Amino acid sequence: MININITKILDAVNGKMNLQLQLTIAKGDFVTLYGDSGVGKTSTLRMLSGLLKPDSGIITVNEQAWFNADKKVNLNPQYRNIGYVFQDYALFPNMTVRQNLEFALRKNQTAEKVTNLLNTMGLETLQHRKPETLSGGQKQRVALARALVQEPEILLLDEPLAALDIKARLKLQDYLLEVHRTFNLTTILISHDIGEIIKLSNRVYVLEAGKIAKQGSPMAVFVQNNISGKFKFIGEILKIEPQDVVFILTVLIATNVVKIIAQESEVEEMKVGDKVMVASKAFNPVIFKIN
Amino acid sequence: MNWEPIILTFKLASVTTILLVFIAIPLSYWLVHTKTKLKPVIETLASMPLVLPPTVLGFYFLMAFSPGNTFGNWLNEWLGIKLVFSFTGLVVASILYSLPFMMHPIQAGLASLPKTLTEASYLMGKSKFMTLLKVLLPNMKASLLTGIVLSFAHTVGEFGVVLMIGGNIPGKTKVASIAIYDEVEALNYGAANFYSFILFVITFCILLVVYLVNGGYLKKYWK
Repeated sequence: MININITKILDAVNGKMNLQLQLTIAKGDFVTLYGDSGVGKTSTLRMLSGLLKPDSGIITVNEQAWFNADKKVNLNPQYRNIGYVFQDYALFPNMTVRQNLEFALRKNQTAEKVTNLLNTMGLETLQHRKPETLSGGQKQRVALARALVQEPEILLLDEPLAALDIKARLKLQDYLLEVHRTFNLTTILISHDIGEIIKLSNRVYVLEAGKIAKQGSPMAVFVQNNISGKFKFIGEILKIEPQDVVFILTVLIATNVVKIIAQESEVEEMKVGDKVMVASKAFNPVIFKIN
Repeated sequence: MNWEPIILTFKLASVTTILLVFIAIPLSYWLVHTKTKLKPVIETLASMPLVLPPTVLGFYFLMAFSPGNTFGNWLNEWLGIKLVFSFTGLVVASILYSLPFMMHPIQAGLASLPKTLTEASYLMGKSKFMTLLKVLLPNMKASLLTGIVLSFAHTVGEFGVVLMIGGNIPGKTKVASIAIYDEVEALNYGAANFYSFILFVITFCILLVVYLVNGGYLKKYWK
């Protein structure tokens, strides 16, 4: 159980911004922080991990005070049991993949822990390579494996998939979900990708100008109309073309480009680049046999 | 030929450089991380030897450490350290004189490393010292090499400071640069040429190695 109730004045792009957060995260939750750049998402993770000191308030994790401004408690990052995957991965360039993981070992842990993790994460073949020779997706996996060495209870992911292409991203989303479940983690993710958020997290906080503007399950937050669709996919509009009396929308869903018919009234409030949800009810799907 | 001044020069440069590594790393680390308002003042003081005539430094050094005044006398009587006209004095003066050449590359190297490397290490429970030793320093070898070589070469090229506070005592403070001056004064151009040529060749080689290494020209020969 994580309890955060803090304030912090941040230097944002347009002047000072007052970050005021109040959130409670249950054990085992997969939570996403969503919002534009500069609303305080990364700062929130940094304050939870002790890399940034809040101005006032408290942070309690499992009844233990990690930060308490009144009682002058501020646990060093070294003593907070947190796995952190940075946006730039922060792999140590002078160490091989295996050495990167070994560096993270606690005094009472053995190298066997690293071997096990390398196997679980499918990194055995890369273990003697230096980070600079790895692809983005591989670096991401190494960073994730390294964050798990100390067996943290909380995993913080700062836009871990943003720099990857769509294929690698989809693969790693499954991977993240599996890691979250296998290691019984409480995970906090920063993401801009609504599809990713719906797929991964069970709760989302939308941040606007330093405050939580909306919260709830991803479906409740992002999908306003309650559609009783049987299939739902989140995609991005690539093109809107008028065709006689209707419009043809070209939508990118994961790696597939799909064409969908829409009425003029529906298209009115959509533009290229918008995220949309494509749902299909039980009576109209088309079925293909796959060999 | 008398090799003593040459040997003394390299002994002075080696001792100075080794001590400077241990002084400049903590100092640079502190300067990169400190939030004190005195930072620009300290940076200015440490960089002064770049622009100040060496004789100025030597003069004040002479004033401060001369056994004729209180501080110099105290050092001499209580600690038995004589800094004027001695090798120890040359080392202390050279450290101050070459400090910016060691400090600037290390400071730049530390500042250029991504902050997340340090933070990742802290989150793994590693102390500041371990992080510096195992993560930061190994990832700025080029800066360290530049600092070491520049301080070494700069100490080899020292003249004014040495002359002011070391004098010209054979085997103790008569380094090569002083010996050259001495020989020219005595019209021994042959001997002056001998010292000059050796210094020229050696400093050329040292600097060449730095440019070869930092330019990546030697990468194919080692792994």
